[in-house]
Amino acid sequence: MTAPLDVPESASHAAPEAVAAGAGRTAIQGRSLGQIAWMRLKRDKIAMTGAGIIVFLVLVAICAPIIVKLFGHPPLEFHREMIDQETQIPKDRFGGIGWDFLFGVEPVWGRDIFSRIVYGARISLLIAFLATLLSVGIGTVLGVTAGYFGGWVDTVISRAMDVFLAFPLLVFAIALAGVVPDQAFGLSGDTLRVSLLIFIIGFFNWPYIGRIIRGQTLSLREREFVDAARSLGARGPYIIVRELLPNLMAPVLIYATLLIPTNILFEAALSFLGVGVRPPTPTWGGMLADAARIYTVPHFAIFPGLAIFITVLAFNLFGDGLRDALDPRGNR
Amino acid sequence: MLAIVSMATFAIFFLVPRLAGATAEGMASRYVGRTATEETAKLAAERLGFNDPLIVQYGRYVKGIVAGAEYDYGAGVEQCPAPCLGYSFITRQPVFPDLMNRLPVTLSLAIGAALIWVLLGVGIGVLSALRRGTVFDRFAMIVALAGVSLPIFFTGLISLQLFAYGNPFNWAAQGGYYVTIEDSPARWAYGLLLPWITLAFLFAATYARLTRAGMLETMNEDYIRTARAKGLVERKVIVKHGLRGALTPIITIFGLDFGLLIGGAVLTETAYSLNGLGKYAIDAITNQDLPKVMGVTLLAALFVILANLIVDLLYAVVDPRVRLT
Repeated sequence: MTAPLDVPESASHAAPEAVAAGAGRTAIQGRSLGQIAWMRLKRDKIAMTGAGIIVFLVLVAICAPIIVKLFGHPPLEFHREMIDQETQIPKDRFGGIGWDFLFGVEPVWGRDIFSRIVYGARISLLIAFLATLLSVGIGTVLGVTAGYFGGWVDTVISRAMDVFLAFPLLVFAIALAGVVPDQAFGLSGDTLRVSLLIFIIGFFNWPYIGRIIRGQTLSLREREFVDAARSLGARGPYIIVRELLPNLMAPVLIYATLLIPTNILFEAALSFLGVGVRPPTPTWGGMLADAARIYTVPHFAIFPGLAIFITVLAFNLFGDGLRDALDPRGNR
Repeated sequence: MLAIVSMATFAIFFLVPRLAGATAEGMASRYVGRTATEETAKLAAERLGFNDPLIVQYGRYVKGIVAGAEYDYGAGVEQCPAPCLGYSFITRQPVFPDLMNRLPVTLSLAIGAALIWVLLGVGIGVLSALRRGTVFDRFAMIVALAGVSLPIFFTGLISLQLFAYGNPFNWAAQGGYYVTIEDSPARWAYGLLLPWITLAFLFAATYARLTRAGMLETMNEDYIRTARAKGLVERKVIVKHGLRGALTPIITIFGLDFGLLIGGAVLTETAYSLNGLGKYAIDAITNQDLPKVMGVTLLAALFVILANLIVDLLYAVVDPRVRLT
């Protein structure tokens, strides 16, 4: 195969999109289609809005300490002077929203909701990204293995996927997150909870992506270029790594983007149910759970709820756009 | 399948704490109260059978399901008839009747919501696909995408606040309101209205998106052109030929969703404080009450399996290409 005549200029602009374009180039027929995919994505205003929000959120999560220093108060600091001691709700109107407390303060404790949202983004995004990486890793490896080798290997892996899909996953995840003590596996505190959640969420979600990859591998395996590689003497591992995986990059990327929002919701649900990262560390789900106990101050639920909603929506918008751009059948 | 699920539950409960370094006495001490001395903890561990090897404990559990079992909690021997899912470690009540008490709540929730979401989701999906690119399509898909992105525990909170607690309305029942259908069908529906709508909204969004995609694909198939060519009314082409083809993947997903939902709508039930199977599971997990958790996960898995079976049968009805051998 000859080298592409022109490397797409866009390759240097943004890493994930560039990878997508590169994958599209090999996945769809011919090199120019990759550029077309990137062009399509760039023209899709909704998807680019989603991407913009994602970049913004990631920056917020990374710069959380700086942002909080500039615009807020430490997330664990109590401000009882903001709270009416009799009713336990904030003294000022609108739950204490103002220049000092951008999103107001919590009832009872008077912690700064803005800083807690900002720090919550860290936990949420970190867990969602790494859990997705884990799912995609397991799903791709097992999916390709099942699809390529077939036979009993395929039977075993496919059965395992069926079993996973029939599991009452949420109940299992809750049970698993609930039984692990506060100190285990040489870790403790937030580190333990975060790695535990990454493991649980990632581990329970792999069959979805595994199935898709297996299906794609099954059809790719019969294509001429695989036959060609085999007739030239290439063996299994080489074919998988050099011929199949590059062609699978497009679906992997699409489903990874669409898995992230699911995982954000999963983490929020676990935190909401009280088996996520333990308080007082701020999480969006945990903040909603606190809000559920105090009905008289609605704004207390609105901000974490909106934070989850906007984040998930942004990933969904971007993922949809990415699919439209990369999927050759998606010509609207 | 059920065996795998039950073994996994068992493993989660016994192996994980062991790996993390808990002892039999340490585990048992949770179930004898706060003032437990070392001796009572030891006795409890013995009584609950924590000292036996795991495989023996598991065997005893399975035997209980098939043949029933006898339990001795210090107050005489008690009989637990055939589908014996054990006794709660904490309340010392048999698990199976408990589950049967909770089932109607979850079942009511799931069936009501499913009706709404299937009608709404498929309806909107079909309309969207047929009017692709119009304002209706755009608007419906934006709402659907928003629906997919909203966590139910948030919509639950907000809907309760808006419609039940008088900020600004109090049309609907407050959290925890449940009247059985035998007592009063009207009040039953009144109590479940909000949970139904919020739950249905979440799923309807997914179904609308799926139906739209499916319809767009099937309406381009050759057999649709054939149907049109032989002069069928457009309505018949859409419903009998187009929708039928588009429904297959939706039925698959419906089976999974519905099965999982009857096994416990954990989040919805928590948000609305409904005492269904999901709430039962959460309470059991919070209290680390293994027999309850085992019971509820087994039941949930059973429902998923049943739902999948029914889905397979339904395929043959919906898609004429599928033949049951």
